Amino acid sequence: MLLIECPWCGPREQVEFTYAGDAAPRRPQPTAGEAAFFDYVYLRDNPRGPHRELWHHTGGCRRYLVASRDTLTHAISATSPVHGARK
Amino acid sequence: MAPYSFLAIAKNALAGHRNWPRAWRDPEPRPRYQVVIVGAGGHGLATAYYLAKEHGIADVAVLEKGWLGGGNTGRNTTIIRSNYLLDANARLYDFSLKLWEGLSRDLNYNVMASQRGVLNLGHSDAQMDGYARRGNAMRLNGIDAELLGREDVQRMVPLLDFSREARFPIYGGLLQRRGGTARHDALAWGLARAADRRGVDIIQNCEVTGIRVEGGRVRGVETSRGYIGADKVGIAVAGHTSHVAAMAGLRLPIESHVLQAFVSEPLKPFLDTVVTFGAGHFYVSQSDKGELVMGGDLDMYNSYAQRGNMPMVEHTLASGLSIFPCFSRLRMMRLWGGVNDMTMDGSPIIAKTPIEGLYVNGGWCYGGFKASPGSGWAFAHTIALDRPHALNEAFTLERFRRGYVLDEKGAGPTPNAH
Repeated sequence: MLLIECPWCGPREQVEFTYAGDAAPRRPQPTAGEAAFFDYVYLRDNPRGPHRELWHHTGGCRRYLVASRDTLTHAISATSPVHGARK
Repeated sequence: MAPYSFLAIAKNALAGHRNWPRAWRDPEPRPRYQVVIVGAGGHGLATAYYLAKEHGIADVAVLEKGWLGGGNTGRNTTIIRSNYLLDANARLYDFSLKLWEGLSRDLNYNVMASQRGVLNLGHSDAQMDGYARRGNAMRLNGIDAELLGREDVQRMVPLLDFSREARFPIYGGLLQRRGGTARHDALAWGLARAADRRGVDIIQNCEVTGIRVEGGRVRGVETSRGYIGADKVGIAVAGHTSHVAAMAGLRLPIESHVLQAFVSEPLKPFLDTVVTFGAGHFYVSQSDKGELVMGGDLDMYNSYAQRGNMPMVEHTLASGLSIFPCFSRLRMMRLWGGVNDMTMDGSPIIAKTPIEGLYVNGGWCYGGFKASPGSGWAFAHTIALDRPHALNEAFTLERFRRGYVLDEKGAGPTPNAH
């Protein structure tokens, strides 16, 4: 069981959350062109090791957070609110 | 090396089974090969085997960072089937199933393919409509499919919950009788032995650490046992496709996720088919040793850990209990995880890459085991002739950019939803 520190609710069990994927892709400007959108929708770094990812606290405050989690060990080193963290 | 036969067994029995030769050689890597395959799992070994058998290319090395068949080939739930809706998937998987049907004879190795049927349970009228559609699509592609009513299912698997209290009542099912199970390790061992007998070098404990590309063309691979030159390099590394392809500068539409599987204590034979739950993700068959082999859904977050977490264990087994209440007192013997490379459309990639001489076979999500022979056959064709066969021409890398995705469930570009 992962223990995820919600910035608003404190440490909560993983079952309260829904995984929302890699935090790196940012929606391009509407005029950015097809290549930028292809990259955003489909391509992923898929790292072996540290990974910044989005979790939705669906069973709690229903806000999104960014977790820094290692994909080899599942250890979570930090969590933060989405806004501010994704700059 | 003498083929396995009744006579060989008898002769070796008289000698106390002390004289069996080893099943494949353990060669030192040569400095250069015509083709290097990265990954000695089912897909990599099948590719090497069919390169030698179908295309006369035996100057092949299969490099494996660990031991042969130690990745997803040894971690799956051993199901073989071809019950797919989309034409491209149906054709490839059914071609593979046909290879399975003759594989033991072809390899001179018993892969224990058992066509005991794969039964998908339906739990609503809408789902039965969906099954009718998929069954019809299968039949149009020449694949066997039978739509069963509730009574048919009850006759086939009486231990399912047919009571009035069932949380997900069983309306019927979609049955593919030619589906079933096979022995997963035997696939790796049989292919390794057969490829080795045709001259392929299988090199274990040899990790690829880099791919050398010069002028847009692949030149060879850096490994933990030195540089190995190659005219062509094929990647077949299951869950690790992204970072091996990244060695050549490629970025793929893939995320790696962990999927767990479970084995119960052995029971007397009581389940003679493969049953899949239709209202959640759960599938079960009984192995020849009597154990129930079960699987469910991904843990849902990116992982390379080869182990999962308890919430999905509970979820999977709760799904199982909702259709098989009689499992409630079973004890589990083992559980483990495998790393699945989940593509953005849930279908695999067997294709050329933008780099000349570099080919990729991956993105099998959690459907790779059954596809191993067909995938290897098509990948061998793609490598040998530098162009895809009709069977795999839809499984390109470009399909994502061009909008020709093969999204069996219509789940969209969300890897863990397939």
